[in-house]
Formats: sequence, C-alpha cells, structure tokens
Amino acid sequence: MLTYTIRRLILSVPTLLFISLVIFLLLELAPGDPMAQVPLTVPLEVKQQMREALGVGQPVWVAFPKWLYQFFVVEPQVLFDVVFSTNFSEGKARMISWQSRSPIMDIVAERIPQTLWVVGVAYIVAILMALPIGIYSAYRQYSVFDQAGTFVTMIGFSVPPFFSGVLVIVIFSVQLGWFPSIYDTTHRVVDWDTFVVQLQQMIMPVMVLALQITSQLSRFMRASMLDNLGQDYVRTARAKGLPERSVVLVHVLRNSLIPVVTVIALGVPAIFGGAIITEQVFKVNGIGQLLITAIQGNDLPMVQTLTFIFAVLIVLFNLIADVLYGILDPRIRYD
Amino acid sequence: MTDASKPMTDPPSEPAPSRGQWADVWDQFKVHRGAFWGMVVFGTILFLIVVGPFIYWNDPQAVPTGRDFLNLRDMRPIYVLLWDSGAKVNWLYPLGTDNLGRDTLGRLLLGGRVSIAVGITAMLLSLFLGTFIGVLAGYFRRLDGVLMRLTNLFLALPLLPLLLVAVLLFRDPLSKGFGPEGGTFILIVTLVGVTSWMQTARIVRGDVLALKEREFVLAARSIGTSPTQMILRHILPNVLSPIMVSATLGIATAIITESALSFLGFGFPPDFPTWGKLLFDAVDRMALYPERVLWPGLLISLTVLAVNYVGDGLRDALDPRIRGR
Amino acid sequence: MNMKTALLGAATALALAPMAYADGHEGERGRDGQVNIIYWQAVSTMNAYLSGGTKDLEAASLVLEPLARFNQDGELVPWLAESIPTRDNGGVAADEMSITWTLKEGLVWSDGSPVTSEDVKFSWQYCTAEGGGCSQPERYNDVVDVETPDARTAIVRFGVPKPSPYGPFVSHLSPIIQKAQFEECLGDKAPTCAEQNFNPVGTGPFKVVDFRVNDVVTFEANDLYREEGKPAFSNVTFKGGGEATAAARAVFETGEFDYAWNMQLAPDVQESMLAGGKGEFVSGFGNLVERIMINLTNPSADLPEGERATAGHPHPFLNDINVRKALSMAIDRELLVAIGYGSAGGLTCNVVNAPTIYKSSANDSCMVQDIAGANAILDEAGWARGSDGIREKDGVRLSLLYQTSTNAVRQDFQTLIKQFWGEIGVETELRNIDAGVFFGSDAGSPDTFQKFYADVEMYANTFSGTDPEAYMGQWACDQAPRPETQWQGNNMPRFCSAEYDAMVAELAGTKDAEGRATLVKAMNDMLMQNYIMLPLVDRGRVSAKSVTLGGTVMNTWDSELWNIADWYRSE
Repeated sequence: MLTYTIRRLILSVPTLLFISLVIFLLLELAPGDPMAQVPLTVPLEVKQQMREALGVGQPVWVAFPKWLYQFFVVEPQVLFDVVFSTNFSEGKARMISWQSRSPIMDIVAERIPQTLWVVGVAYIVAILMALPIGIYSAYRQYSVFDQAGTFVTMIGFSVPPFFSGVLVIVIFSVQLGWFPSIYDTTHRVVDWDTFVVQLQQMIMPVMVLALQITSQLSRFMRASMLDNLGQDYVRTARAKGLPERSVVLVHVLRNSLIPVVTVIALGVPAIFGGAIITEQVFKVNGIGQLLITAIQGNDLPMVQTLTFIFAVLIVLFNLIADVLYGILDPRIRYD
Repeated sequence: MTDASKPMTDPPSEPAPSRGQWADVWDQFKVHRGAFWGMVVFGTILFLIVVGPFIYWNDPQAVPTGRDFLNLRDMRPIYVLLWDSGAKVNWLYPLGTDNLGRDTLGRLLLGGRVSIAVGITAMLLSLFLGTFIGVLAGYFRRLDGVLMRLTNLFLALPLLPLLLVAVLLFRDPLSKGFGPEGGTFILIVTLVGVTSWMQTARIVRGDVLALKEREFVLAARSIGTSPTQMILRHILPNVLSPIMVSATLGIATAIITESALSFLGFGFPPDFPTWGKLLFDAVDRMALYPERVLWPGLLISLTVLAVNYVGDGLRDALDPRIRGR
Repeated sequence: MNMKTALLGAATALALAPMAYADGHEGERGRDGQVNIIYWQAVSTMNAYLSGGTKDLEAASLVLEPLARFNQDGELVPWLAESIPTRDNGGVAADEMSITWTLKEGLVWSDGSPVTSEDVKFSWQYCTAEGGGCSQPERYNDVVDVETPDARTAIVRFGVPKPSPYGPFVSHLSPIIQKAQFEECLGDKAPTCAEQNFNPVGTGPFKVVDFRVNDVVTFEANDLYREEGKPAFSNVTFKGGGEATAAARAVFETGEFDYAWNMQLAPDVQESMLAGGKGEFVSGFGNLVERIMINLTNPSADLPEGERATAGHPHPFLNDINVRKALSMAIDRELLVAIGYGSAGGLTCNVVNAPTIYKSSANDSCMVQDIAGANAILDEAGWARGSDGIREKDGVRLSLLYQTSTNAVRQDFQTLIKQFWGEIGVETELRNIDAGVFFGSDAGSPDTFQKFYADVEMYANTFSGTDPEAYMGQWACDQAPRPETQWQGNNMPRFCSAEYDAMVAELAGTKDAEGRATLVKAMNDMLMQNYIMLPLVDRGRVSAKSVTLGGTVMNTWDSELWNIADWYRSE
C-alpha cells in the first residue's frame, strides 16, 4: 500500500501540471477583461495602458512558465523567508493579483481563517449529523424517523442557498434580531465572550451549508447501509449470535462507508474552495468570495492560482479516499 | 451467493417460468407506497406543465398595457383573502401576478416545462457519464488511472470560465443547427451534464472496486462470463442504490444550475420563466410577496421528493433480496 | 470654461457650507465612536490612482484629498487649497497657460510631516509615469510642468491654453499623495508597493488601520486632521461584498450598518425597506443616463467575421429613421421610471442633462408614450403588418435582438420595452449578458457592448466632472468600434455625420460658456433627433443611511463620502 501511495503521489505531478495548463488555456480562451469594472468614463487608451501595466495579454508561452516559476519557486521561498526570517525571495517578482496589485498568496492567507471557521465547521457538523441519520434511517427503513428524514433532507437539498440564506436572515436577523446578518471577518476570538460573538455570527451560514451537506451525505449513507443490511453476511453474523449493535455499527457500517468516504473526500477540497453563494449571502468573504470576485473581475492570476490549489487538494484527497478504500475493504487491491 | 447470479446457477427452481423478471419488478414497485405516491405527484406535475399552458386562460408572457398595468401588477393569490379581506386579488389570476403584471400560475406552468426537461435530461446525461466512467475505471484496472485523472481534471476546472468558453464556442453553431430555443436547451443540458458527473463516477468506481473482489463475481468469472455480461448483469444492479441517490440529488442540482446559467446570461432569454429563475427573482421581495418564493420552491422540492420516492421504489423492486419480502 | 468661473463667487461662499451642517453637533474629535459603511462592491485598493472603480475611489477619499472638490451642486470648493484660483484673483494666468494653487497653512500628513508643494508635484509625476497604469492620466492632460516656488505654492503649467484648468488635483479622481511614501513606487514599480497602496498616508479625516483586499477596511480618526473637533467618529468600518438588497437590509432592517452605497433597488423594494423605519434614502442627480443604443450597421451572423456590424453593411431596417423614431415614441418612459427607479430616476429626453445650462428642451415630446403616432409613422413609411402582426417591407421583418447586461432592473426594462414594441408590430428577442463580459473589451468575445452583435443594446453612461466636451466627442465618425481599432471605441451606434464631426471640432475651439452651452445643446439635439440613441431614464445616485446618522450630503460630482468629516451621530 505504501509503494502504491508513493507511486500515485509521483504520478500526480504530471497530472497536476497538465491540469494547470488546461486551466490556464481555458482562462485565456474565456472572454473577459480585467478593466470591465472600470467606469465607462475612463478613456479607452487609459484602460489599455492599465492593461499593459498589469501584463494582460502576454502570450501563453511567456505567461504560463512565468506563473509556474512564481508558484513553485518564488512563493515557497517567500513562505520559507517568513517562517525562518531569511531573504531568499528578495527582489523576485511574486504572483500579483490584477484587482488589487498585491501578492496573491497574502490575500489567500488572509481569507483562509473565515473559510475554515464557516465551511470547515459546517462540514464537521454535517458529517456528525449525517452519519447517524443515515444509519438509523436505513436500519428502520420506512419508519416515521426515516420518512421525516427523507422529507427534510430532500427539501434541504432542493432549496438553494440564495433562498435559504436570505430566509434565515429575514427570520433570525430581521425579525428576531438574534444574529448579525453580516459576518465580521476582523473579529478575533480571545476569550469566552468573543467566542460567543463568533458563534453568533457563524451560526446562520453554518446552518445553511450544513443542511445541504447533511442532506447529501445522509442519503448516500442510508442507501449504502440498505444495500449491505440485506447481504448474506449480515444474516450469518446475526445467526452467529453477534449482538445487533456490533452487527450494524461494525460490520455493516464498515462495508457501507465506501460511497460515504468518496463523497466526504470530494467535499474536503470544497472546504478550501469555500461556498460561493453562502459566503456571498452572509458576507463571509472567504476563499469562495475571493474566487467569484476574481472571476467577475477577470483577475486571471488569482483565478489560476486558486483553481490550481483546489486541483492539488482534489488530487490529494481522492488519493486519500483510494487508500481508505483499501483499509475499509482489504480485498481491494491496487498494485 | 447473492441472488443476482441465481437465474444462471439455478434456473430450474424458478417457480413460475412464464413470469418474467420485469413482472416481478413491477409487482413490487406498484405496492411500494412511497413509489406509488411519488408517481402520482410526479405524474400530476408532468400533466400540469404539459397540458396546463394549453388550457390555462392567461398568457404567461403577456405584460398588461396602458392603465391595466398598474391595476394588474403585484396581485396577490386569491387564498390571501382568507386572512386579509382587503388584499389586491382577482379571480382570473388565482396565484396573483408579478411586479410586471405577468400571471404567476401561468409562469409556473410554463417554467416547469423547461425546469423538468432540463432537470431530467441533464440528470440522465450526468448519470450516464458518471456510471459509464465509474464502472470502466473500477472494473478495468488499466483504464483506472487515466479515467480518474480525467475526473480530477473536470473536478478542478473552474465552472464559470468553462461556461463562458462553451457559450463562446458553441452558442452560434447550435442555434443555427437547432434554432435558438433548441440550441440553448442542448447547450444547457450538455453543460450541466458534463460538469456534474464526477461525483457519481467516483462513487460508482469505489463501489465497483469493492464489488469485483466479491465471491459472486469470482464465481461468475470462473464460468466464463464476458466483461460486458459481467458489468450489465452483476456489477450494475449492485451499484444501483448510490446511482439512484445521485439521480435524485442531480435533478435538484440541474434545476438550480439552470437558473444560475440564465442569470449569468447563458440560458434562455431573460423573459422566459423557469422555476429556478422565478425563485431567484422573488427572493428580494420575499417578505412582501411570500407566494412568489413559496410556489417555485415548493414545486422544485415536490419534484425532487417525488423522484426520490420513485427511485426508492425502483431500487427496492430491482433488489431481489428485498423483492417478495 | 467660464461657467465655473462664473460660479466661483458662490462657490467661495459655499466653502464654509459644510461647517454649517455640523451646527449643534460640535465637540471633541471621535466623540461619536464607530460608524459602519457597507459597499456591496468590496474595496480592492486604497490608491485612487491605481483603480478606476468607484468603490475604491470613494474609500480612498476618506484618506486622500485633492486641492479642491466639487460640492453637491457641481461647484468647486477649496479643500487642501486656500482658495480657488480664478482669473479674477490672479490664480489663473491671463493666457490660460498656468494655474497657481496655494496650500492651506499648517497642513500635515497623518504621520506628522508637513504637506508641501513637492507632494503636489509628485502626485502629477506618479500618475503620468510610464508603465504605472494610472487610471486618471486624463486629469493631467496637457500638463507640462508643476513648479514649486515655495512650500505652499504649486504652479501647474499647461502646454496649450486651458479655458478650464481645473483638471489636475481637483476632485477625488486626482488627490495628493505623499512623496515620501510613494517615491519608490513610480512607474512599473507600482505593483510592488502593496503596503503603500493599502495604507496610504493622507491628509483626510481618517487613516487606515487594517486593510483586507476585497473584504473590509478599518479606519480610525486622523489625530492630526486640520479641523478641530472633526471627524465626529473615531472609527470607520468599511465592509464590502454581497449585493444591493443585502446591504439595504443591513441599514433598514437590522440596523447593523449606518450607510450603504448605491441602492439599485426596485421602487417597491425600496418602499418595503423604508417601512422598517431605521433608515432613509439619500439621492442626487448627475448625468447618468440609461439609454438604448441603436445599431446602424448590420450585425447579422450571416456576414463574415470582421464585416459584421461595420460601416460597410448598413442595417436592413434601423437605417430608416422612421423606424428609429417609432421605436422611441412607443416607449412609455414614465412607466419605466416608476417600475425601475422610482424617486431615484427622472424622465429625460436628452443625453446631456446636467449641469442645467446644457439641458435642451427641444426633445421633450418623448416623455409621453405615443403608440398611435408610432404606428402611423410606420404605416406611412410603408412598413405593413404581416399575418403574424409583425411589420415588414420588401421581405425585411422588423425583428430585433435586444441585449444588455444582467441586472434585475434591466431585465424588467427589456420585458416592458419588448411589450411596447410588440404593440407597434416590432418583434423583439431578448438577451442578457454577464456584466463582466458585456462591459469588457475582449476583442475575442462576440458579446461585448462595443462589438454590438445585436440590433439594439441598453446600458448607462455619464461623464466625469462638469464638462461634456470629451463625452460629446464620443459620437464622431472615427470613434466607431471596428476591427481596425480592435473593436475599441465609444460610438456604439456607428453614427457618422460630417455635420456632427464639424460641431465636435467647433466645440474644442469655443471658449465662452454661452457659446459652448449652445453648441452642446445643438449636438445633443442632433443626436436625439436622429434617434441613434433613445434616452430612457435619468438615473440618480441613491444611497441609504441610518436615521441616526447626520451630516451626510449626497454628491454626484465627487466622492459621495466627500464630507465624512462632518458626519455625526444624532440621537
């Protein structure tokens, strides 16, 4: 398994390079203009000069290697410098966002806390809720609990966050006045009181996101459990006199986790990717909002970098999922 | 031994040889309460959106003109009279009108056509792609690497620029070939399908990886079953549950994504209603006119719920272990 | 331009006007604590010269200040300068080749160092440096030198006579930046100065404490601000992101924010927001006109790429002025204003509405919808209704593609106008395009407003400052976007008239205010009477403020936060 993992890791390097090239070409091809948001009152020649100052429109064979160099050489050096107070990166051009003309990685680092707080917590909450719901719904198929669960999760999944987000704001911020409708990213948690404030501002976006993720996960969990509960080995295990608890929660659950692990592994990169709509609705301004404003402003270096980091995480977590399959079901062999 | 391989290993013990497998499936399906009501609801919605616009008296696209405009806009649904006798209603407009005086019920009926058509077709396309790629990758080790790399690539591509490029490249050729509406429909369905199959593929592959090491597959292989036979008769039926879940979730995603596309300007013309768009447009006035968000939201949810129950029923009916229980 | 000079008497009197608003609200600096401002487009940089975006310019105006600003009536008021230089007080040279500004006495930057004329000179050098990508170089057009005879005097020298020398260092578009801070950031080094761009040292009432790109900026009061007891607020939080409705909700319904920018909300939504009682709208009118542009060239997809929508192929039916006129007459502008903008919109039949001396009244008949008249014109011109009710002549059907950017109000307008045109037998297909693509200048995209691969399109435009000369020049023949110019250009209708071009040239040579006004009016009337664009709404600027926030004065000629030093909390 270890050799397999290492081989896969090495193989993923060319894959990632290829993905980054495809993303690059795609962004080049997509219509758009970083000056589209500049008012029409600014003359066209000035816009052209501004574009040139940013380096817009460089040919692919110049811009792509430059980006690769900056991403893989300059930025790690900068990180090294920051950690060990060295100065390897001095005088080297960093990746610069077209919108703000500041280093991209600095902005990303600024955005990660709020995305982890909100999207990360929502994910954990969702997993903790979805697994028990899925297991119990399957174990008591067509019981009142299962029917209610189906109803709630399906509605939860069909209602898009642009609606559910505004709905909870209208209820909890406008009518009841319990929670703020706008997330304060400058808020620092230092003691219990600030932690409570943080909880208050997190609760609505986490609720909206967790509802969606729970719905999805619990459906897969339920379906997979149902499949396995009917298998012969369950009958055997019961016949052997194993306690029902260990039949369901050890044997059946372990065999049912493969699809769930897949869905979770696909979702973890999304934690980094942020939740575009939910972040917009609550003004969380994390990575998701960064990506969408970069796309709208046609800030190609930013979009390219964010998408590529996202791609690295996708490749990594899918590999982790594959390794987990082998642990969950030792019969799966990859060699 | 699972029952999936029963017909082959043990044919003489079949009690009623004249009855096919599909008759059994149907018997099981129609007594499934959830599936039955799911079918009824889905059938009703289908009937309403297909026939509704022909028999309903108001033109969903008509904007009232002249003095009528101010009288006919922002009309409330007639049931509002139950608690507010002063409400602005008109019996000719059962669910009221929007801020431009267009009939809400008519727009819901017309919008359902596109939403359901896009939802179902895009879901099927995404399901087909996902299952196909997932099964191939899981079953044939040689294809696994390349197909999963493709999946990773698609997962990593940023959706919005991808859509912009697709519209740039294909909108005009498609609308020349299939007319403006047909072209848009094909474009949307393909875009939604092509950008949403990856999860299904990963899930199916994971299940197939585990399945192909099971004893019954080994047994089937030992009697010389060809890979095609193996996939169709032994593998596919056993990965049906996650596929059904993907299908249900896929419809919801497709209906919402369609509205996001039209909002970005890739979809149908801006005055053409779809459920997703009706919901989106109504969010700003949610507190004033709750009916405008309620109805499209309800219809999307009902459709997804109905499909979910039909899927449950189908799955149970197709599972020989549950069938006849 | 003498108009401004004429207004200067009043302007100098008004210079003290902002103080009047603070009457009864005086006290020590920072007494009112925190004020929260929300802009639904987030701030990307605090350096006004590096971004043309309104949001960035207005955020920067809290820190960076010009020598003079325009007030809410479009009149010049001195800001960092002692007074407005005019010909009468000798500030503007008789040959109109120079203007002499004198800085107020004792001005200091927020870091304590004195503001000198060197800083003024540097601001000019910074914006005009090669490769810097400054967004405002046209403010410094024709400036050949800035002389600094002493620390408080800056003489701006022009290469040509400038009847209106109030471009450089005037308004939030060209503020003064600190030389000491930006010295190392000239030209192509501008992008390496993130720290400076995010935290510029300024003279304004506030200074930056924390800047988060595209998210939130926190300010605190500038201890060294020149006016005693101002600003009343000690801290400002400047949050960005989301959309207009959510920002409005934060002011009107939850009360979390005190001021929200650019409330593009439908009137009925505005009304329901007002019902909360926590806030009110403030609005002002400038020159922003929502209009329909009519394509005089043929955008048909059957033409080869490169010939589509170019002057070589006249439009099959929009070239007929009767059709254009009928399209204009069929529109009920009053209804459009009522549905889309309410109190934030005004009826207009002109492309130039302000300042008032330029406003023509020759075209006011468009304010009333005239379906019968439009039908009559089309009947007379030989456009007869076919079996489906759509008019046609010689096999040409009156069938239009109508494009605009994605925006709820614009889509409502499209729907209504489609209905109006349906009533006169014109068929309309609607298309909405993502704003980033539509207003982009990507020559590779078929969907930009400049390429105009549609029959009519709708957007809004205006001009900065109070002088419409450059704006009127947009409809000269050579301004038409075409393949040779990489589809750049402002003349979307591809209007081309020798008579108009002559008037553009004449305007450039006319100096007296009276003559310029007459000429601008004549040009406006010519554009309107040719129906190459159909003005729809005179759009005001609307923002929202909390009822507890006092002292705000909406200003459409400068930053709308121009007088934030005078804002206060009322009980």
